[in-house]
Amino acid sequence: MKNKKLAFESLRTVLAVAISLVIALVTILLVSDVPGVALKAFLFGPLDSMRHFGNVLEMMIPLIFTGLAVGIMFQADQFNLGAEGAFFMGAVVSSFVAILWPMPAFIHPVVTILMGGLTGAVFCGIPALLKVKWGASELVSSLMFNYIAFFFGLYLINYFLRDPNAGAMVSFLLPATAKLPVIIPKTRVHFGLIIALLAVAAMYFFNYRTRWGYKNRLTGFNSLFAEYAGIKTAAVVISAQLIGGFIAGAGGSIELLGLYRRFSWTAQLPGYGWSGVIVAILARRNPAYIPLAAFFLAYLRIGADLMSRQSDVQNEIVAIIQAVMIILIAAAGFLEKAQYKMVFRDATKNLPKADNTAQEVEG
Amino acid sequence: MKDFLQIIFTTQFGYSVLRVTTPILFAALAALVSDRAGVINIALEGIMLITALTGVLFSTWFHSAWLGLFMAVLMGTLMGMLLGYFHLKLKTNVILAAVALNLLASGGTIFVLYLIAGDKGISSSLASKVLPKITIPLLDKIPVLGPIFSGHNVLTYFALLSVFLMHYFIYKTPLGMRIRAVGESPEAADSVGIGVKKTQFIALSLSGMIAAFGGAYMSMGYVSWFSRDMTAGRGFIALAAEAMGGATPIGSFFTSLLFGFFDALSNSLQLLRVPSEFVQMIPYVATVVGLVLYTATKRKQYQRMLLKIGRQMEPKE
Amino acid sequence: MHDAALLTMEKITKVYPNGIVANNEVDFSIRKGEIHALVGENGAGKSTLMRILFGLEESQKGRILLNGEEIKNDSPHIAIANGIGMVHQHFMLVPSLTVAENMILGVEPKKGLRIDLQKAINETRALAEKYNLSVDPLAKVQFLSVGIKQKVEILKALYRGAEILILDEPTAVLTPQETKELFLELKLLKDQGNTIIFISHKLHEVKELCDRITIMRNGQTKGTFNTSDVTPTDISRLMVGRDVILEVEKDPAVPKEIVLSVKDLVMANNLGQKAVKGISFQVRKGEILGIAGVEGNGQRELVEGITGLSRISHGEVSIRGEVVNKKSIKEIRKLGTCHIPEDRMTYGVASEMTIEQNVLADKFDSKEFTGKILTKPKAIRNLSQKLVEEYKIKCSSPLQEVGMLSGGNIQKVVVAREFSSKPLLIIADQPTRGIDVGSTEFIRNRLVELRDEDSAVMLVSADLNEVLELSDSLIVMYEGEITAYFADASKVDEEELGLYMLGIKHQTPEEIGGVVYEK
Repeated sequence: MKNKKLAFESLRTVLAVAISLVIALVTILLVSDVPGVALKAFLFGPLDSMRHFGNVLEMMIPLIFTGLAVGIMFQADQFNLGAEGAFFMGAVVSSFVAILWPMPAFIHPVVTILMGGLTGAVFCGIPALLKVKWGASELVSSLMFNYIAFFFGLYLINYFLRDPNAGAMVSFLLPATAKLPVIIPKTRVHFGLIIALLAVAAMYFFNYRTRWGYKNRLTGFNSLFAEYAGIKTAAVVISAQLIGGFIAGAGGSIELLGLYRRFSWTAQLPGYGWSGVIVAILARRNPAYIPLAAFFLAYLRIGADLMSRQSDVQNEIVAIIQAVMIILIAAAGFLEKAQYKMVFRDATKNLPKADNTAQEVEG
Repeated sequence: MKDFLQIIFTTQFGYSVLRVTTPILFAALAALVSDRAGVINIALEGIMLITALTGVLFSTWFHSAWLGLFMAVLMGTLMGMLLGYFHLKLKTNVILAAVALNLLASGGTIFVLYLIAGDKGISSSLASKVLPKITIPLLDKIPVLGPIFSGHNVLTYFALLSVFLMHYFIYKTPLGMRIRAVGESPEAADSVGIGVKKTQFIALSLSGMIAAFGGAYMSMGYVSWFSRDMTAGRGFIALAAEAMGGATPIGSFFTSLLFGFFDALSNSLQLLRVPSEFVQMIPYVATVVGLVLYTATKRKQYQRMLLKIGRQMEPKE
Repeated sequence: MHDAALLTMEKITKVYPNGIVANNEVDFSIRKGEIHALVGENGAGKSTLMRILFGLEESQKGRILLNGEEIKNDSPHIAIANGIGMVHQHFMLVPSLTVAENMILGVEPKKGLRIDLQKAINETRALAEKYNLSVDPLAKVQFLSVGIKQKVEILKALYRGAEILILDEPTAVLTPQETKELFLELKLLKDQGNTIIFISHKLHEVKELCDRITIMRNGQTKGTFNTSDVTPTDISRLMVGRDVILEVEKDPAVPKEIVLSVKDLVMANNLGQKAVKGISFQVRKGEILGIAGVEGNGQRELVEGITGLSRISHGEVSIRGEVVNKKSIKEIRKLGTCHIPEDRMTYGVASEMTIEQNVLADKFDSKEFTGKILTKPKAIRNLSQKLVEEYKIKCSSPLQEVGMLSGGNIQKVVVAREFSSKPLLIIADQPTRGIDVGSTEFIRNRLVELRDEDSAVMLVSADLNEVLELSDSLIVMYEGEITAYFADASKVDEEELGLYMLGIKHQTPEEIGGVVYEK
């Protein structure tokens, strides 16, 4: 029986992904003058060189972090969408630590990333607190905090770290001591990948092999039951968002230190938080699947990028794919009817014999 | 401080506040319709973006701003219906469905923009039309009030009018009453034969339709082009404005005006050495504060009400 | 005189998605112009039957005949069109709308695009006068008293042309004065040709008001009579009698020290009313104290107070000598308390998690199952396998999702978890409600075993079988108070018990005081 439910869920996920890819393919065929070239670039482009494949791996890294972050918050049944802001602020604060606080080469990144994580924790934690204390929707407040993070972070960068000699609105150069080394030659894939995979392992263990992860899942699945069993759900819910924020913030920090020479996200939020939502949904709350989901999404992105460079189809097609995937995967009504029929059949099999002793009395 | 006051108390400032409030007001009213029906619509941001593009594209194609507006409104209604379909029929969580829609809008609009205008940033290559500005005779001759209230885009006046239209709709028409019933007390509505899902579907469609006016205004009135992510979070601010406005049309009007004020301020404050980022942050911070205050007091009121009912039930000695 | 039936329901069967059979081939009919009572305990199926009649729920089998012709009430809309109106236990009014607006909701009179509010107000006034139900059309519902809200609900039904009026436990929320008023109004309605179905379990009211009475029990009808032909005792026997006597083998109890002591306990429900009105009792090691009573008489609030789920308004609860009024749920559990909740799906399990994860819920932080950081999967697996075997939980493995199990097995998961913590005090609230015979027997035997191992058991049950067979001693709760105490449950006559459960009889305070063994 358990396998039936798992089968339903997996089927739905696979079907959703398949449908969205088909829609993308159809769109490409309709829109492009050179559909063959476009499709080839989209589907196989990332595999055609070490550099391109490296791009996929690079892109995977921040997606893993935001995926994990959103994942743990969703696990506790909290709709906190603040991973975007946490990621951003983590990077901002890291810029400060990196640039203004000199340290020896090994410690520098560690401290920087930790500071980034703490910042992220604060940014996701505040909406959590507001929800628990005053009942304010964590959804709206976390969305607002994304913007607050953006503007506040921009302010900090523009007024304290802006490099007047650089052409654009960017920060000073990040010192070499803070940066993360490249680990795969001929690519830009950096040490952050190792950290990301370690984080996945840690979160996996946290989720399934520690009592805090257990509390988190229990609270997310049925918070009334959790309370009844003695768990203080308020604390659990806040922790989930603090941890999620920490991971997102650390992720922003790592992305900065691994791929960039300066802080340069001054035009708009980088958008990894939203992608994290998709990664989390694809991975169905299981940290072990996050790298796979992140890889898949990164592959799509890079494929789309290559496609837009080599043909006439723009990479924003990925947005269409993502949207369709989310909607279909989250559609609970998809195979619901089949499940209900199963239950009804079982129940009516064992009806007790009715012995209606109804005696109508003539009046 | 003196400079600050000098900037605010000008008619240009007053004018720009109204100008800037328009899209937020439309979006807030859109949020209101669906909120009252018990469905939160956080896809307003995406819907406005899509309809902004739609307006530009079709006004170019038909050589008419009005037809562009018409198509935008149609598109917005369609988006609302889509959201309704996924949430009410397929039971997708309404927030996730909205997130999906927003993502689709963000990337999809650029995709289509490039396809048609050949540019990923802005639609200036298209000869899109703009909705007309209206000078109100007599009013425009009055000092102070004239420059502030006259000469706005037709949609700005429509937005102001919409506040009253919405008020009338929600409080005086049968459909409006049903929407309120469904949102407050779906069991009660169901028990008198009102289809809860059907009503919510209608509300979402209306929500999309109204948001479309905001989107169309952005690209055919506020400015005369479409550019990427031009809505800049107004769809989300509108949600907050609506909540802070107590989910009423008049309340939402005032809170939208408040955000419009800050938005206009940020442009002007750049001249005074206040960092623009701080000013831009203010609406969002205000939203959070307002939201907390609002939910906290509502909670207390609810508990007090429950106790009051309980006390009434005590047998009289 | 032979009145043809106005409305007949034939062979109605309704099964809920979780497997519970609410109506089992029920036959029910009413005559024009009568006030017909439908009585039964909670869970007897009377509300469900009426909800089916009113189109709020669908039956899987059976049909409804109105004036001899078959009708299908697929929705309240259609039921209303057929002249059937329902006044629910929990009012179906929109709080922020006025009385007049609530009246016309769904059938709004129009003037152009707007609602013709004036017409609504006028019609409301006219109707109120006709039926002598005084309401102010302009008042906002949220500020009205309960009695007035009910009048609005009745008017609402009449406004839509209801000739058959269903009232679901209408007096549960009224003061005695308001109840009197209601009865006068109902009699007036009857004189005007309306037919009324009166759902209740308050027998004295039924006797006073109704012409005929149909009794339901366990999803089936047990008889229809003229109220003049039956006494409350007769009714009670049919309502609360046992169909089959399931005997439980047990040795006489050997009660020892006091484990649970409840003193002058007052609990409020969420409307701020007193659900428990200052009761005192004690439960000892090695005994099962049963709490009998129709659901809704304060038992739930009592259980919530003892287990820490709700705040205690007044009085004291002590477990093993320690006062637990301000303790957290976890602390109460650590004192050796376990709780089988009445609503197992909401409070007892997380249905999307596995059996293993569910049985761990109260012990996951003990050293047996977790180290400093990591849990001990082998120990956990042993636990779950052992429990599945011991409690004979029918599943494919301990890794099966709880939601996929049958009701009885889900309850066994709850029980397995709770009992495996070697509890000193067991609070069992409707432990075998809605589950199969096999699981029921199993759980009851387990309870007796634990009693023999010196646990104290407080058993709350609306099931007469259970409460009489399982309990060593017994108290009865009615309207938040203890109305009887029986030191030896095996000597209690079930008919008499029924009378106490329905508030018809009430022991003296001295007799009731017997359940407090130590001051």
